[in-house]
Amino acid sequence: MYIIIIGGGRLGYNLAKSLILESYEVLVIEKDVEVVEHINAEMGSIAIAGDGCEGKILESAGARRADIFIALTGEDEDNLVACQIAKHYFKIPRTIARLLDERNERLFRKLGIDVTINSTGIILEYIKHELPSPPVMHLLNLREAEYEIVDITIPSAASTIGMAFKDLKLPEGAILALILRSGKKPLVPGDSTMVEALDQVIAVISPENETLLRQALTEK
Amino acid sequence: MKVVIMGCSRVGARLAEMLAREGHQVAILDINASSFRRLPQDFTGTALLGSGLDEASLNKAGIKTADVFIAATQGDNRNIMASQIARHIFSVEKVVCRIYDPLRRDLYGELGLETISSTTIVAQMIKDGLEQQES
Repeated sequence: MYIIIIGGGRLGYNLAKSLILESYEVLVIEKDVEVVEHINAEMGSIAIAGDGCEGKILESAGARRADIFIALTGEDEDNLVACQIAKHYFKIPRTIARLLDERNERLFRKLGIDVTINSTGIILEYIKHELPSPPVMHLLNLREAEYEIVDITIPSAASTIGMAFKDLKLPEGAILALILRSGKKPLVPGDSTMVEALDQVIAVISPENETLLRQALTEK
Repeated sequence: MKVVIMGCSRVGARLAEMLAREGHQVAILDINASSFRRLPQDFTGTALLGSGLDEASLNKAGIKTADVFIAATQGDNRNIMASQIARHIFSVEKVVCRIYDPLRRDLYGELGLETISSTTIVAQMIKDGLEQQES
């Protein structure tokens, strides 16, 4: 299996390293000559200097017999074009592109890039999971009305526990629609409904007041 | 005709000037405000600071109702990506893409973009000029 990687930065470097350990045939194409020398000194001659979007470079890299093409540069447009050249000109069966701006995902898919990897998005998701109180989760965007439906869990340490929902100082326009408690039926908060730990509050809110709503629900 | 041009390069600015003078509705985008100095004082079109790769900027330039999109920055890949956004996301009827690299020009021509490679055109013109002198 022959794999070509465009971009020898931190991602490309580490990927090449682990693929070599698994005995794949790997070639890295990188613009910066110093980076190329560094990789070659460490891993043997597996890197060449050049632009991964240039036909001549890819031709000399033996792109026609490659099985997988992975574009990992720091620019979406370079990754897109490199993958399209690989796919349509060199007929490489599988193309994988790193995506920096998640808004480009739709375009990449439409244009036939097989796999897109949004590294920023992945890291953000991981970080969110590690936060002590899960922040506001977005359930639905009511685009027309410019409101959204969100899900906020009351942390066990919230200072509002024991207060009545009706006494919380909610931001303007916020509506608490539903309270979900484990083992109980969903309920609409009434005059006597108190805040309990781990209540899941489903609320309607305008996006700019999201943080205020979370504060109102969790801090006195 | 409503035209959106990405890149206020020499070519982009000149084209914007020509089209605006003929009475077309022109919006020109550039990520660098200083590029707009290339436009004439009496330019009747709209100069907008923004990237042709960014949907919000394209919307501001009126891409949704544009008849023509022209990518004229210095970067082949930027031009190619912007042209494909105009074509595949906004369904602009006529998209013209400036590409320096002849291989990329040929490939994207096959993939349905209207491509112009100044490299090939200028080289051919110089060669033709030389041959005329010789004969």
